[in-house]
Amino acid sequence: MQIQSGMSRCQWGKWLLAGAAGAALFSLAVTPTAAQAPAYKAPKTKDGKPNLNGIWQALNEANWDIRPHAASQGPVYSLGAAYSAPAGLGVVEGGEIPYKPEAAAKQKENYTNRLKLDPEIKCYMGGVPRSTYMPYPFQIVQGTDTIMIVYEYAGAVRAVNMKAPTKAPADSWMGWSNGRWEGESLVVDVTSLNDQTWFDRAGNWHSDALHVIERYTPIGPDALQYEATIDDPKVFTRQWKMSMPLYRRLEKNAQILEYKCVEFAEEVLYGHLRKQPIQGKGDSK
Amino acid sequence: MKRQIVGSRIAPIFIVVLMSAPVFAQAQAAAKPASAAKAWTMPRTPDGQPDLQGVYSNAQTVPVARPANLGSKEFYTEADRTATAQAAAARAARPAANDPEGGALAVHYDTSQFGLGGPTVKRAASLRTSIITGPEGRIPALTPEAQTRAVERRAFQQEHQWDSAQTRPLGERCITWGFEGPPMMPVGYNSTLQIVQGPGTVAIVQEMIHDTRIIPTDGRPHAPSNIRPWMGDSRGHWEGDTLVVETINFNPRTPFQQTPLSDVAKVTERFTRLDNDTVQYQFTVDDPKTFVKPFSGEYNMVHIDGAIYEYACHEANYGLANNLSGARATEKK
Repeated sequence: MQIQSGMSRCQWGKWLLAGAAGAALFSLAVTPTAAQAPAYKAPKTKDGKPNLNGIWQALNEANWDIRPHAASQGPVYSLGAAYSAPAGLGVVEGGEIPYKPEAAAKQKENYTNRLKLDPEIKCYMGGVPRSTYMPYPFQIVQGTDTIMIVYEYAGAVRAVNMKAPTKAPADSWMGWSNGRWEGESLVVDVTSLNDQTWFDRAGNWHSDALHVIERYTPIGPDALQYEATIDDPKVFTRQWKMSMPLYRRLEKNAQILEYKCVEFAEEVLYGHLRKQPIQGKGDSK
Repeated sequence: MKRQIVGSRIAPIFIVVLMSAPVFAQAQAAAKPASAAKAWTMPRTPDGQPDLQGVYSNAQTVPVARPANLGSKEFYTEADRTATAQAAAARAARPAANDPEGGALAVHYDTSQFGLGGPTVKRAASLRTSIITGPEGRIPALTPEAQTRAVERRAFQQEHQWDSAQTRPLGERCITWGFEGPPMMPVGYNSTLQIVQGPGTVAIVQEMIHDTRIIPTDGRPHAPSNIRPWMGDSRGHWEGDTLVVETINFNPRTPFQQTPLSDVAKVTERFTRLDNDTVQYQFTVDDPKTFVKPFSGEYNMVHIDGAIYEYACHEANYGLANNLSGARATEKK
């Protein structure tokens, strides 16, 4: 989209100032890692582990684009301001994703064709780490040998094995998770992810060589710091990391509800096979 | 794990056939002898609850409804079991080509692929003649109201089943297979589930279709009744060493053994760990709009090694698109 011109020099000055302040904020927002956070001791479960039980949700714009980004028009013009993309400071440490040149080009292609390609539109499981910061809550159920992470979006679920690490029999959408405790942090090693999921709606992508190491670290009674170290030598020139706080859903009796979105994606996926096409291409009911 | 829906129009028929055949000869003995049970103590979670956690198979050799010729006989005898096992062994030993009864070898499917090859799937041993308990051993008759609903459903299906994705069966659409419950019923294949307990919460993940039931046990009220999840809204509590789960607010589209439960249905489930390997599962369905009387059922689930693999049903659903494009091609002929 064209930025409307007509700003006076004075307005530009303000904009630059705001930009500088934004950049400062941004560097603050993405740098506090678990190591730098003030040492917070989480309440413990009865068997002495940090208690991560509860319903959590990210409160950021990473699902639109994990990189710093300005607000932008959504891909369906008829939805106007309601479904356009909010601006975000990004969750990638350093702001840049170290794509190989050809991989960077594929991201741009993905973005251009996102209405056709984004797995979220098709109600496909979000993968790791995207499921963590999609705008839906998820619940951690901390069992003895298994920590279950249950996501509202698409009913996706991961069993984090806390016993001796095991190997995946095959690639999958949500991957294969082996977990361990490191001090106050739950560290989850995620492998065998398939190449079908994205990082966000901007088409940031990975291959089936993706290896994610997640850290969930309590930083207060109602917040976790989430870090995901991303390694994928087929797509990136080096390892990189994203980082963000997750917040506890404090509503009384908060619970994971259903977002079984298959029904919402059927017209997109199978509408062309209808006996009677929906008038107006299904843009509205 | 990526799994293709192979012949999704065929699989449900297969399941019905399996569940109506009492093939308990294939059961793998899972129940412990009584003497061992005496020495056993209930394992506890760190919170002191009975520990139900683990991965289980709820595949059964027992059919849902009792075969009519058994009348009110609720259990087979040991002699019955021996006779059936011998007959099954003899049938399995016959070459398929010479088998007038069309034995296992005559089936052109690789049944083990669907988890139907008895010996590969662990099943709790049982002498029950049916999952539904009581003298009748079958799901009671439908009320006149439910019969009307069923007739309307069938009429709509006959007229519109090939119209669009939205008029195909829920299982083919990868929305629900109807076995996820409650009550949770054995599925023809991948009949496995995992129970995890956190403080104030029990989570049950069923392999089909990666459906997770999150059951709060902290005494909270039900969610508002206009929210009607596919698996209803469950609340649990402990009665002695038994987890009791009550579920209401059913979605009137979720099928239970072909028949959706109504908006007033209440299902009560009871989970009791019997020994290291076995969890007893009991349920009662009370739905006066759908069945002429409440009914109950019971089976045991048995511990299995290994993990639940991801059943990415929708993500690999080629069957639905193929069925619809087949229907469109047929119309053009």
